[in-house]
Amino acid sequence: MIRVNDIVVSFGIGGGQEHTVLKKLSLVVERGQTVSIIGSNGAGKSTLLNAVAGTVPVRAGKIFLDNADVTAMPEWQRALYVGRVRQDPLAGTAGDMTVLDNLALAARKGPRRFRLATPPKFAREMEGKVAQLGMGLEQRLKENVSRLSGGQRQALTLLMAVLSRPSVLLLDEHTAALDPANAEMVGGLTRKFIAEFELTALIVTHDMKRALEQANRVVMMHEGEIIADLLGAEKEKMDVAGLVRLFKRARGAEYAEDRDLLS
Amino acid sequence: MIEGILVEGLIYSILALGVFVSFRVLDFPDLTVEGSFPAGAAAGAMVASALNLSPNHFAKALAVPAGMLAGFFAGGVAGFATAAVYHRLKVPALLAGIVTMTGFYSINLRILGGKPNLPLIVNNPMLNLARTFTGGLLPPDLSLLVACALVVLLIFGVLVLFFHTEIGIAMGALGDNENAVIQAGIQPGNLRTWGIMLANALPGLSGAMAAAYQGFADVNLGQGVVAAGLATVMLGELVVRSQFISVQLLRVILGSIIFRALMYAARSWGYIAGITPNDLRLLTALLIIASVAVSRYGRKRR
Ligand SMILES: Nc1ncnc2c1ncn2[C@@H]1O[C@H](COP(=O)(O)OP(=O)(O)O)[C@@H](O)[C@H]1O
Ligand SMILES: [Mg+2]
Repeated sequence: MIRVNDIVVSFGIGGGQEHTVLKKLSLVVERGQTVSIIGSNGAGKSTLLNAVAGTVPVRAGKIFLDNADVTAMPEWQRALYVGRVRQDPLAGTAGDMTVLDNLALAARKGPRRFRLATPPKFAREMEGKVAQLGMGLEQRLKENVSRLSGGQRQALTLLMAVLSRPSVLLLDEHTAALDPANAEMVGGLTRKFIAEFELTALIVTHDMKRALEQANRVVMMHEGEIIADLLGAEKEKMDVAGLVRLFKRARGAEYAEDRDLLS
Repeated sequence: MIEGILVEGLIYSILALGVFVSFRVLDFPDLTVEGSFPAGAAAGAMVASALNLSPNHFAKALAVPAGMLAGFFAGGVAGFATAAVYHRLKVPALLAGIVTMTGFYSINLRILGGKPNLPLIVNNPMLNLARTFTGGLLPPDLSLLVACALVVLLIFGVLVLFFHTEIGIAMGALGDNENAVIQAGIQPGNLRTWGIMLANALPGLSGAMAAAYQGFADVNLGQGVVAAGLATVMLGELVVRSQFISVQLLRVILGSIIFRALMYAARSWGYIAGITPNDLRLLTALLIIASVAVSRYGRKRR
């Protein structure tokens, strides 16, 4: 479960270039819910995910994950609740380490011990998990991750993000850097893992069709605010054309305001 | 001659293993070594000399090993200082290293009792230990070599094991992609602190052995050791390519022996080419440049 209460996020504080990106934003995501987040560039979608994960601090407001107040927790501590995949396929894995070592790092969250990281039993278990990706990576567990293609690396990052069964999964345009075939494949794996691990997920995407298909709720953001929140029957009735219309209306209101100011 | 090169190569390979941990594993360009190596030498010499004076035979026999342990810890303390400056003040790694290295010059002088060098009382205590160790069965040079090889083998084995543990894997990932470590719920600062301590404890141990080997500790022993360590690491990388940590560690030891052999050659026969001992630093610098250039060229060709 994710509960975001009236959070304010600003950049450039004290530098004279202060810029408030999220203006008292609130959002509650129930356990097991998958939410698509769409919106224009610069709307603050990534910033919202960064605030939840603890990558950027909030100026005001509170963030709860599974009813725990994590607002003051550093990112590494919040990672106990959070699995993440970003747009950049290089971001989530250690390229100069093997596939198996990367999986060992991600299999469990929290402090490490002086214990063999990849005993044979673990390797066998991971072979099965990696086989689910359907890319033949189970044959390449001892290869360095830097040798994988972007699509393979992103699929591995996704598996690493869900492996420890985090309570929250945050995906930020995680298929945007991939070619269409790989994007389709990673998108399919995303749905499969969310169902299998019963995850609560926030998925940022600019693909409206996929946003509607993959989630049971669609949130639209514009200039740091949530301008539409579609759920249940409302969401089921919605199509891409409808989303575009909603979006234009939001932008239109802004143009209208500009005209009012000018006249 | 050959025993001398091998013994020096082995002793300084422990220093180079520390440089490997900071520069390669942690991706932390650490200059602290210029302070932690002589700190190990000073602490090692002090402890070894004190025990050497003891009337107790048992304590006397343990003089050098105890000195090595002291050197190991002294180096670790220097590493901790650098890590603390780096994390608390959020200064660049190079500056944190320079701060510690500079401060430790004075600390090392204090350890040495205010004098720039300290003899270890007994002539070549390392050799004496080695001979007791091998029961006088081997000639002195050879027993010294065997003793050093055993120490390096032990350290190599422990490091290989370490880098296959959960903590070791996390440390490797830290230098590669800190974000991946954070996502695993690990506090990156603490992990890096342990890593930097290890990366200086090894040079500390190496310094203690070097002091025991040459029979005295000198406050200026640290000058140029970072460059020497780097040249060693790069030479090893030039000779053997591998993604396996065990091979990567082994090639550091190999690189150290090659480096010492090259230095020995320059010292012994360099006069033919007009090279004097004063030119050895320049040679080290050129060696680093050559290693980088060759590996760049080689990578492009692949
Ligand atoms: N680290 C940062 N420093 C300064 N400004 C930032 C930073 N991250 C984001 N911003 C600004 O915040 C706004 C929202 O960015 P972002 O959340 O990335 O938007 P989106 O993901 O919806 O495209 C943009 O105006 C961007 O320039
Ligand atoms: Mg974004």
